[in-house]
Amino acid sequence: MASETFAQLVGLSTGVLLLSGVLLVWRRSLHAQVALLATQGVALAVLVLVLGLHESDAELLAVAALVLVLKAVVLPLILVRTVARLGVGVREETPVINTTASLIALSMLTMLAYLVSRPLLTLGDGPTTTAVPVGIALVLYGMLLLATRRHAVSQLLGFLVLDNGIATVAFLIAGGVPLVVELGVSLDVLLVVLILQVLTSRIRTEFGEADLDDLSELRD
Amino acid sequence: MATLVLLPLAACTVLAIATAILRNRFLSRYVVVIAAVVVLGSGLALVGVALDDHTPTALDGLLRVDALSAFMLTVIGSVGLTAAWGALDPLRPRDHVYSVLALLFLGAMSLAVLADNLGVLWIAVEATTIATAFMVGHHRTRRAIEAAWKYVVLGSVGVAIAFLGIVLLYAATRSAGQPTLSWSVLATTHPDLDPSVVRVAAALAILGFATKAGLAPMHSWLPDAHSQAPAPVSGLMSGVLLAVAFYAILRVQAIATPVIGTGLMRGLLVTAGLLSLTLAALLVIRQRDLKRMLAYSSIEHMGLLALAAAAGGRLAIAGALLHVLGHGLAKSSTFVASGRILAAEGTTTMADIHGLVARRPGVAVPFLVGVVALLGLPPFSLFFSEVAIVVGGVQQGLGWAMAVAVLMLLVMFVAMSRHVVAMLFGGAAAATDPDRAPYGPRLPLVLALAATGVVGFVAGPFATLLDRAASVLGGS
Repeated sequence: MASETFAQLVGLSTGVLLLSGVLLVWRRSLHAQVALLATQGVALAVLVLVLGLHESDAELLAVAALVLVLKAVVLPLILVRTVARLGVGVREETPVINTTASLIALSMLTMLAYLVSRPLLTLGDGPTTTAVPVGIALVLYGMLLLATRRHAVSQLLGFLVLDNGIATVAFLIAGGVPLVVELGVSLDVLLVVLILQVLTSRIRTEFGEADLDDLSELRD
Repeated sequence: MATLVLLPLAACTVLAIATAILRNRFLSRYVVVIAAVVVLGSGLALVGVALDDHTPTALDGLLRVDALSAFMLTVIGSVGLTAAWGALDPLRPRDHVYSVLALLFLGAMSLAVLADNLGVLWIAVEATTIATAFMVGHHRTRRAIEAAWKYVVLGSVGVAIAFLGIVLLYAATRSAGQPTLSWSVLATTHPDLDPSVVRVAAALAILGFATKAGLAPMHSWLPDAHSQAPAPVSGLMSGVLLAVAFYAILRVQAIATPVIGTGLMRGLLVTAGLLSLTLAALLVIRQRDLKRMLAYSSIEHMGLLALAAAAGGRLAIAGALLHVLGHGLAKSSTFVASGRILAAEGTTTMADIHGLVARRPGVAVPFLVGVVALLGLPPFSLFFSEVAIVVGGVQQGLGWAMAVAVLMLLVMFVAMSRHVVAMLFGGAAAATDPDRAPYGPRLPLVLALAATGVVGFVAGPFATLLDRAASVLGGS
């Protein structure tokens, strides 16, 4: 692959990753958020595919397929099922901070991401290394979602955005982690999401809704 | 010798599959005890191997057992045995799901200490979140669900941060021309890692594993999870899970120190350690719930361990390892005893329990002995390890931090003994006929507490082992 095409494709896929992250924080409808998460999964898989083709690495191509199946299909499907089981009234949510404040926070976090990734840029100057701040930004977006959303499904989404961010950093900066680690990590993420799904339905049967503000019995 | 390395993992896997398929009541009942015995046996055998200066490996070097790994495996086995055997209550049989999850927990923890790869260590630590999530939510009450939710979300996010650190470390080794996550490779070849990347990586990894170790300010899941889980599970989490998370911090530190020195990690660990000690001591003063009090005591002990790691040096690290063993045994016994108090009294609210030694000596005496051990009174090994950590810390120039730590240990001592004395001796001993039933097997608690009492005096091979294990981490 010509190096210019490679740079453009890396830029395109990381751009989609970042944009879907921004939209995830912006939108309130859980359905739209899950669709955006699936888009993000596809973009990540494309990024891995491009890296694999560029380096002619068969292992990375296999990982690209794994990422596509897990992050673009399986995990969003689990979330779609969780959302479908919720009552109609709770499919949108009111975040702790309003949309304007969320978007301002996003821009701050993006700048922060570029600031904190400065030491990492010493590792190279290719198109992959310069895109690393996108991954860090996604990690921070995930934390923002976790901190400002009170709905159980939104917290799940936040966790998955954070995980996508870490995966983006891993692929951009190190060409992915060793295969055995990649497999183990994917399995762990899948199981965590399944557990949180079960807990979401238990919260709903016990507390009525899946609003985490009700979880306040344990404190000192 | 590779068989010996694989034995604990194979035993846990095979037993878990057999339990899940057969659903045999007898098997479900004893299977965790069997697995714990296997883990303990292989741990002791591997300690012998490590003392002979061998480091057996398996699976192409993915698993590797040095003195530190062998010691940690012994800790997992002995604490696991205490909790599993102590949980054999004839009146409250556990179902097979519970046993399978406990087996997965033991297997994952064994994998974490046997692996010679930071990535595999991470996978194993995260796997324990998965295994324990449903055990925390076992009772299915509102509080149990709340605790389980907070535990899974905070735990997963915390270790995800650690994974980001591991990824950055891998990137640093890759750009140095030797992509690896193995600490034995890094320790022998010393690749030329970029210090600025390693600095970020180490900070993130330590922050992440500190969440799992229950260090303040990332501790908020711990009292909830420990108080809502069934008592033996609380014992396992406190004695094994926190210890293994601490072990992960030690490994990360050993990798990063040669590249970036001790300054950054010492700052992080001293802050977390002092914050944990202070917070635990202050919150125990007004604590009302028995199991939450024990949970804060775990945070206190983890804070002390963080200070020991910050200090470094052979004395403090050897003291920390002895402390991990003593705390694991004493805390799991105390949690098991607290579960029996709950079974007998129907409450864990300390204000509702009076004169327990006179009324129910069968459960009160083991609890009392366990608390005395946890408070760090001689002859229990926690006394010696606390002295070793404080002296080691002062030697390494952490005098003021150690002074604050000792002060907080004293506050904790007063606060906890006040609660426990009121519970065990307070009130009128009205009962004419004391209930001597132990509410479960007595022997595991006796053995665990006796081991805690004796181990501080056993010099010889044990001291050599601790010294070897500390030197694995490059202590001078």
